[in-house]
Amino acid sequence: MLRTEGLEVRFGGRLVLDGATFDLAAGETVALLGPSGCGKTTFLRAVAGLQQLDRGRVLLDGQDVTRMPPHRRGIGLMFQDHALFPHRDVAGNVAFGLRMAGVPAGTIARRVEELLELVGLAGTNRRAVETLSGGEQQRVALARALAPSPRVLLLDEPLGSLDRPLHERLLEELAELFERLSLSVVYVTHDVAEAFALGDRVALMRAGRIVQAATPDELWARPADEWSARFLGLANVEVDGSVARVTRPEAIRVERRADGNAIVVRAERSGPVVRLRVRDSGGRELEAVVAAVDAPGKGDRVALDIDPAGVVVVPR
Amino acid sequence: MWLPAAVAAPAAFLALFFAYPLAAIVVRGMTQGGSLSVPWSTLVGEETLRILWFTTWQAALSTALTLAAGLPLAWVVGRFAFRGRSLVLAGVLVPFVLPTLVVAAAFSSLLPDRLDRSVWAILLAHAFFNVAVVVRVVGGYWAELGSAISDAAAVLGAGPMRRLREVTLPLLVPALAAAASLTFLFCFTSFGVILVLGGPRAATLETEIYNQAARLFDLRTAAVLSLLQLTAVAAIVLVTSRLEGRLLGRPRAPRWAALRRPVGRERGAVAAVLVLSVALLGLPVASLVVRSLSTADGVGLDYYRALGRETSVLLVTPLHAALNSLLFATAATAVALVVGGLLAVALARRRPSWLDGLVLLPLGASAVMLGFGFVIAFDEPPLDLRASVLLVPFAQALVAAPFVVRILAPALRAVEARLREAAAMLGASPRRVRREIDLPLAAQAAGVAAGFAFAVALGEFGATVFVAQADRPTLPVAIFRFLGRPGAENQGVAAALAVVLALLTMAAAALSERAGSRRSAL
Repeated sequence: MLRTEGLEVRFGGRLVLDGATFDLAAGETVALLGPSGCGKTTFLRAVAGLQQLDRGRVLLDGQDVTRMPPHRRGIGLMFQDHALFPHRDVAGNVAFGLRMAGVPAGTIARRVEELLELVGLAGTNRRAVETLSGGEQQRVALARALAPSPRVLLLDEPLGSLDRPLHERLLEELAELFERLSLSVVYVTHDVAEAFALGDRVALMRAGRIVQAATPDELWARPADEWSARFLGLANVEVDGSVARVTRPEAIRVERRADGNAIVVRAERSGPVVRLRVRDSGGRELEAVVAAVDAPGKGDRVALDIDPAGVVVVPR
Repeated sequence: MWLPAAVAAPAAFLALFFAYPLAAIVVRGMTQGGSLSVPWSTLVGEETLRILWFTTWQAALSTALTLAAGLPLAWVVGRFAFRGRSLVLAGVLVPFVLPTLVVAAAFSSLLPDRLDRSVWAILLAHAFFNVAVVVRVVGGYWAELGSAISDAAAVLGAGPMRRLREVTLPLLVPALAAAASLTFLFCFTSFGVILVLGGPRAATLETEIYNQAARLFDLRTAAVLSLLQLTAVAAIVLVTSRLEGRLLGRPRAPRWAALRRPVGRERGAVAAVLVLSVALLGLPVASLVVRSLSTADGVGLDYYRALGRETSVLLVTPLHAALNSLLFATAATAVALVVGGLLAVALARRRPSWLDGLVLLPLGASAVMLGFGFVIAFDEPPLDLRASVLLVPFAQALVAAPFVVRILAPALRAVEARLREAAAMLGASPRRVRREIDLPLAAQAAGVAAGFAFAVALGEFGATVFVAQADRPTLPVAIFRFLGRPGAENQGVAAALAVVLALLTMAAAALSERAGSRRSAL
C-alpha cells in the first residue's frame, strides 16, 4: 500500500530523517513509535508530501509519488493539534475534502451526516469549532480526515493533548474504527502502551531511522538492540561487553521460600500485576512480574526460576 | 510573480505621498537659498527649548495622571470576574476611539472657564483619552499573570501590601512600562486637544508647527520644528516598540489561575473603583451632550437644527461638513485598505522584522507633519494638488494605513501554515487554498481594519486641518472653527457637531467589532 525507501531530510545540516525505510500493507495499522525529536513527525510530513525530501522515494500502491504535490496524493492526515478551520463550522470542516474532490452537494450532506454519526457527533453540524471540547475537536478532525476516503490515513499523536480517561476511551474507539473500516493507517506516537494497543505492527524509530518494525509480541520478545529494549520498557537489560542480555520480567518465576537465595527489595502493584524488584545473593537485581493477590512482599525471601526462552542477547 | 506588483503599488504611493513630502520638509528646513544651512538659531533657540520642555513635561505629567487614573480599573479587570466585565473593557475603549476634537469639545464644555484653556484641561483630557491604554495593557497582562504566584507568596506569609509591593508590582513592570511609554507617545504628539484646550501659552512641538506654518507662514521654522519632532518621536517609538515587544511571547497563565469573584472587603473596593471610573469617564461625554441640548431657552434641539443652516463660521452648512467627512473617510478607507492590505500581504510572507517598524513610521511621523509636508510638497507644478479633492482622503489614508497593516499583518501571519497544509491534505490545490483558507480568514480582519480605518479617517484632524479647502471642511475642522469663536451659540453648535461625529465614529467602531466576530458556515 505505502512504501518509503531511504527517506532523507536535512534541517540546516542536521539529518532529521536518515534513510527511513518502511512498509505498510493494505488494511494494516502500523504504529510509528519513538522518542520526541526522533523524526516521526517529519517522516509523516514527508509521506504526506508536506516535507521535501533530500533523498529517497515514497510509493503509493506501487506508484512513485515523491514528486506529487500533497493535494493529489489522496492521503489523509490528522494533525497533532487538529488544525480545524476556525472560519468553518463542524459540517464545513468535515465537508471540505469532499468539496475539493468535486462531490455533489447532496452526497456531501449525506456523507457528513454519516461521518458525524460515526465519530459520535451527530447533530453538531452547525456548531462553531472553537466551542467544542478537546475530545470533540479531535473527533471532528478525524471525521474530516476520513471524509474523502483517503487511501492511507496518517495520524500525528492525535491523543497527545487529551487527559487520561478520555485518552483511553478514544484509543479504544480508534482501534475499533480502524478495524471496522479496514483502513491503512500510520499512527505516530511516543507512548509505548499506545503503540502496542493500536498497532498491528510497531515501527520503532530512532534518530531518523526505523530500527525495527514487527508485531508487538515480536518486539517485546526480541528487541533489536539495547536501546530498543530500554525504550520499550524492558526492565532487565544487563550490559556485558559488546552485547546486552535482556530478561523479560514475566519469564522470571518467583516463589516465596525461606531458603530462597534472593530477597524482595521492592514490591508495587500496577493494575492486575505486582512488580517485584529482587536481589540475589550475588547482588544481581532483576524485575519480575507476578499476577496474584498473595504475591511476595518487601523483605520476603524468594527463589527465582528464569525461563531460558525469556532471555535474549542483543547487540548494544 | 504577483508579489513584486503587490509591493510596488503601495511603495509608489508611499514614495509619492509620504517620502516626498517628508523630503520637502527636510529640504525646506536644512537649506537656505539653495545651499545647505543647519538652522542652529531655531534648533537651539530659547523659544524652541521652551516648547520642547513644555511638550515633554506635559506628556510626562499626563502619563502619570493616566497611570493613576487607570491602575485601579486595571486591578479590577485584571483580577476579578464580575457581571459586566466585558462591558467595562469595551466601555473604556470609547474615549480612546473618540476623535480628539470630540474630546476637546467635551472638556471645554465640562470645565469652568477658569480651568478651560489651562494645562490642567490638557492633562485631564489626556488622561481621559488614554485610560484605555493602561486598563487594556496592564489589566490584560494582570489577568494573564493569574494569581498563582501571588497566592504562593500568601502561603509563605506575605500580607496583601507585601504581596503587592514585592510580587505583583515587580511582575507588572513590563506592562506598566509599555502602557506608560505608549501613553507618553500619544501625549507627546497630541495636537487637537492642546490646540483647543491649551490656549496661546501652551505650545507643544505639534501645535507650534501648525502655528508657524498656518498662522505665521514661517515655513522654515515649521520645517525645522518638524524635523525636531520627527527625531523625538522616532526615539520614543523605538523605546515603545521595544517595551511592547517584551510583552509578547510570554507564557499565558494556566487556565486554573483564572479570574475570581471579589470577596469580603474586595467587593466594596471593586464597586467603588467601578462607580468612580464610570462617573469620571462618563462625565465629559455627558457634559458634551448636555451642552449640545442646552439652548438659551431650556432644553431643545436648536443647535442640531442649526447644523443645516448657513453660518458665518464656515463657507458651507455644518451638515455639509458632515457629508464631506463621510465621503472623504470612505475614500480614505478604500485607499488605506488597498495600500495597507498589499503591504500587510507582503509583510506577512516574512518573519516579523524591522520592516514592520518601518511601515509603522507614518504613525510616528505625526499627522500634523504629514499635513504640513503635503502643503509644501504639492503647492507648485508639476504636483500642484492644492485644488484636488484627493488630498484630504490621501492624507487620511496615510494616517490610517499603519493601523490597517497593524491589524492585517498579524492576522495574515496567524493563518497558520498548518491550516494550509490541512487543506492541501484534503485535496485543495494551492490556488484553492488561497481562496478557501487565506482569503476568508483575511476578509474577517479586513472588515475590522476597514471599520478602524474609517473611524480614524473620520476623526483625523492634524493633517486634514492643513489640507482641507475652506469650502470643503470636515467635521473635526468644523468643530475646531466653531470652538474658536466666542458665544454660547457657537459653542452649542460645536457640541452638537461633536456629538454627531462621536456617534458616527462609534458606529464605525461597532461595525468593526462586529466584523471581527462574524463567522461563515459551509
